[in-house]
Amino acid sequence: MSVATQDTALRTGRISRAFIYLFLLLMALFYLLPFAIMVINSLKPLSEITGGNMMSLPREWTLDAWRAAWSTAQIGVEPTGLKPYFWNSIKMVVPAVAISTVLGALNGYVLTKWRFRGDTILFGLMLFSCFIPFQIVLIPMARVLGLTGLAGTTTGLILVHVVYGIGFSTLYFRNYYAVFPTELVRAAMMDGAGFFGIFWRILMPSSGPITVVCIIWQFTNIWNDFLFGASFADFDSQPITVALNNLVNSSTGVKEYNVHFAGAIYAALPTLLVYIVAGRYFVRGLMSGSVKG
Amino acid sequence: MSFLKIDNVTKSYGAVEVLHRVDIDVQQGEFLVLVGPSGCGKSTLLNMIAGLEEISSGTISIKDKAMNGVHPSKRNIAMVFQSYALYPNMTVGKNITFGLEMHGVPKEERDRAMDKVANMLQIKPLLDRKPGQLSGGQRQRVAMGRALVRDPDVFLFDEPLSNLDAKLRVDMRTEIKKLHQRLGTTIVYVTHDQIEAMTLSTRIAVMNGGYIQQLGTPKEIYDTPNNIFVAAFMGSPSMNLLDAVIRIKGADAAAEITDHNGHPLTLPLPLPASSLSGRDGTKVVLGIRPEAITDPDGADKSANTVVPVQNKVDVTEPAGSDTFITTTMAGKDVIGRMRADAHVNAGDIADLAINMDKSVVFDPKTENRIA
Repeated sequence: MSVATQDTALRTGRISRAFIYLFLLLMALFYLLPFAIMVINSLKPLSEITGGNMMSLPREWTLDAWRAAWSTAQIGVEPTGLKPYFWNSIKMVVPAVAISTVLGALNGYVLTKWRFRGDTILFGLMLFSCFIPFQIVLIPMARVLGLTGLAGTTTGLILVHVVYGIGFSTLYFRNYYAVFPTELVRAAMMDGAGFFGIFWRILMPSSGPITVVCIIWQFTNIWNDFLFGASFADFDSQPITVALNNLVNSSTGVKEYNVHFAGAIYAALPTLLVYIVAGRYFVRGLMSGSVKG
Repeated sequence: MSFLKIDNVTKSYGAVEVLHRVDIDVQQGEFLVLVGPSGCGKSTLLNMIAGLEEISSGTISIKDKAMNGVHPSKRNIAMVFQSYALYPNMTVGKNITFGLEMHGVPKEERDRAMDKVANMLQIKPLLDRKPGQLSGGQRQRVAMGRALVRDPDVFLFDEPLSNLDAKLRVDMRTEIKKLHQRLGTTIVYVTHDQIEAMTLSTRIAVMNGGYIQQLGTPKEIYDTPNNIFVAAFMGSPSMNLLDAVIRIKGADAAAEITDHNGHPLTLPLPLPASSLSGRDGTKVVLGIRPEAITDPDGADKSANTVVPVQNKVDVTEPAGSDTFITTTMAGKDVIGRMRADAHVNAGDIADLAINMDKSVVFDPKTENRIA
């Protein structure tokens, strides 16, 4: 080691630094290993999986499993592949995320800038929805969906996820807006902006980081949800998570592991994409919410 | 007919009344300053005029129209906030015209109004910038521009200079005064800084504990404070308040205090003895401004009653333009203001001159001024 180096928290010696990087690299590999196995095996023909080593690279590279998982695999009784269910999920996730985010922002706006008697109690009650386990609401929710005639529809699933998502999105936006200067709202009020004018023109343009946090959180949760999808959806509105389960758990025929792996990756791809695109805002937004709020 | 009328207005939060029966009539073109320590209710009163807080009882009217329950944007008022409250996501130009846009003013008219205001405040080069890229003084100007562009009946200022450094604050103070003189607008201005209140206002309302202590011109407030609170709050350094005993001889009244040795010192009062009848021998509080205690050569030549006194100087504080001294009278520290080059040294027995013309006398129990 050179004489001049000084061991501090910021400037560690070269050896310890190499050790840190090595450790981090190993951890990253360890973490990526399951995903790597999935990718490798989805690119093999089935015979290579059943007859050989799961860890080895494919001898014959093929996209057949991917094609099959997408459009021809047997899901339940129909050989449709995951494609229609993927679109079901999209049709459910996009409106559910948009609505719960906008409602959460509106709630946060009202709870911080249009205070009323009992607002903290109301907020406390709304927080309960963040902690109530999914299973508890199954039966009441089934009843509500039955009464409204929304059972088995994508609209019904959107309703379920919006109701469940409002708690978290309200929490995010309330904490973010709590430190948003009230004088700005008052200034806009004197300038003649109304309730929604202030919301869209003053608050929302300054809510970038927290909106991203909220979208990532809601998107991940709603996309990955299995229980509500399995409980409340019909065959033509089932989300991809339920379809994936049906694909993997089919009791007839040969288990096509390569197709299952490809299907699982399809199901995970959108959330992965959202994290890659918006991930750095996620940490930033979480920090701004937790430190200042 | 008054322009802005605050009639018997109170404000309560639940059972707690924070503002008690306030009455102020503001004439058109007046510059009214609400001044007082924090928590005195001045900002609450301003917010009630603005419509940002509800009026618990009483009426606030502008141009003879009651404003109770009228939305802030429909009162034709504009406000400059302490933090400036510039919209961070909009450019300076957008900030200035946002109010006009919300009131449905067409684009060309908005641009014309913005141009006029930007020229007046010399912020033309800043119009395309965001508030985050401006200095404190520039933000202050933009905030004023946003208020001016609306051409409101009444301007409200909520401690607009308290976020600026000392030098800029003095500059902007002059700027605001110039603006008021040029435009002749009606302004209600809240501050806790008594110098701002004195320099800017045409009238001052001194507030404390939710009550208006005194409402009057700066000169009235300074020379004839209603009570000990106003006397002590206005002026820097603040008025010397000394325990004294009234002595009446025929038609002349005097206040007796003690000098640094505890010997009696008699100071003739400017009041006629009749206004102090029945108080002979009673205790009062005598108020003398620091500038009334000077070196003999610095005494006001046109004053009626100047009393020469010899007293020990405890501390001298040269401030450049003046030298402040601390001496002991009536058992208390008393501040006097000498000329800058007066020869006084700490520890000396110095010749002082006390100008009694503007001295005031307070009742020690009620704390109100006597006559």
